Amino acid sequence: MVKPINISTPLSDQDVENLKIGDEVLINGVIYTGRDAAHKRLIDLINEGKELPFDISGQIIYFVGPTPPKPGQVIGSAGPTTSYRMDAYSPYLIAKGLKGMIGKGARSQEVVEAMKKYKCVYFAAIGGAGALLAKSIKKAEVIAYEDLGPEAVRRLEVESFPAIVAQDVYGNNLYVEGMKKYAR
Amino acid sequence: MREIEASYITEKVKGLCMEANYDLPKDVLLAFQKAKEVEESSLGVSILEQLQRNAEIARNERVPICQDTGFGVVFIELGEDVRISGGSLKEAIAEGIRQGYGEGYLRKSICHPFTRKNTGDNTPPIIHIDLVQGEKLKIIVAPKGGGSENMSRVTMLKPSDGIEGIIDFIVNRVKESGGNPCPPIIVGVGIGGTFEYAALLAKKALLRYTGSSNADPELAGLEKDILNRINDLGIGPMGLGGRTTALAVHIEMYPCHIASLPLAVNINCHAGRHKEISL
Ligand code: SF4
Repeated sequence: MVKPINISTPLSDQDVENLKIGDEVLINGVIYTGRDAAHKRLIDLINEGKELPFDISGQIIYFVGPTPPKPGQVIGSAGPTTSYRMDAYSPYLIAKGLKGMIGKGARSQEVVEAMKKYKCVYFAAIGGAGALLAKSIKKAEVIAYEDLGPEAVRRLEVESFPAIVAQDVYGNNLYVEGMKKYAR
Repeated sequence: MREIEASYITEKVKGLCMEANYDLPKDVLLAFQKAKEVEESSLGVSILEQLQRNAEIARNERVPICQDTGFGVVFIELGEDVRISGGSLKEAIAEGIRQGYGEGYLRKSICHPFTRKNTGDNTPPIIHIDLVQGEKLKIIVAPKGGGSENMSRVTMLKPSDGIEGIIDFIVNRVKESGGNPCPPIIVGVGIGGTFEYAALLAKKALLRYTGSSNADPELAGLEKDILNRINDLGIGPMGLGGRTTALAVHIEMYPCHIASLPLAVNINCHAGRHKEISL
């Protein structure tokens, strides 16, 4: 197995251009969380011409709604949620400079077009591996929409967070290619 | 007549919520091991290994396997000679869910369908009660995640669609679901009955020991056949390509109306969580 690639946020155009489907990466630095309800609010802000609660350029959004931390834990279990539900929203955030998304499951054509145009990459994390993935999260802090509970926007500091490049800036899709390779 | 205290039921449901979410059943772990042996994709093998490690961490540290700790689906087999004292059975179960999800640091994932406002304590649960003979009370707690539930479907086939139509619908459902329901999945199938009963059969099929065969040889053969066809799709672990798309296909069947052929496909992720107790 090839060695995973270490990447650190914020990401540049060149960072994401270097990533190809099937690459295993270890993500380091700050990432932000958001899922259905938070995305809706972020897009509302963009439509109203208002500032987002954090500077999104070069950043990664992780689609996750963690479990509550037990005493002494930084965060509870924190694996990815299914990404297609964010498809209607992601292109707006990508146009604002978002460079990466982490989730599970394939993305729509509209998202792919935005990813190609503005240079953004889509990572798959292992769905259902919430206990394991939480080990890579060293700090967590709610920075917006606390009322949304598990859906609030969190700022996470991650170390060697494992993910796989599932859809790259060239329009390649591991969900399609991988399946083709093993279908019989 | 045997009396069972409502508070005792609450206590047990609370414990089952936590156990189900922290401790993946042995049969699922065994299925991971078997899948690893046949998986041809090295990425697929690596994903299966990480799922094994994840289950180990969850069990040892008593934390949830997955952050989606699910809808509290509860199956009850209630003996006809049991009387619940000191409260109602349904309220006792709901209170168990409330306490289990609260004290167990489980995620509260239940909300109003329109406003999306969270109920805050993961209630109400979904409760299915079967009356059975005798003095026993059996409780099964099967937390159900949203990602895989969203990929499930009920359809009313035409009788002329026959077994081929059934197979095609199931295999296509899995194909269209791709990586969304966290493959490797467990596929619960309900054939026959009515619209709602087919769905219930499919959900009950998910409670079976993973990889066990239906006692009816014809259905056992069908389960095997469908499993092979699903695994030939190449979807693989997490949908990123590979041999293991499903760990098992479980079918339950019931007679149906002469005009219908109801079919339900309930997809469960690899987090095949369920814990039970008999009182
Ligand atoms: S589909 Fe299952 S394993 Fe995947 S995130 Fe949902 S509950 Fe967890």
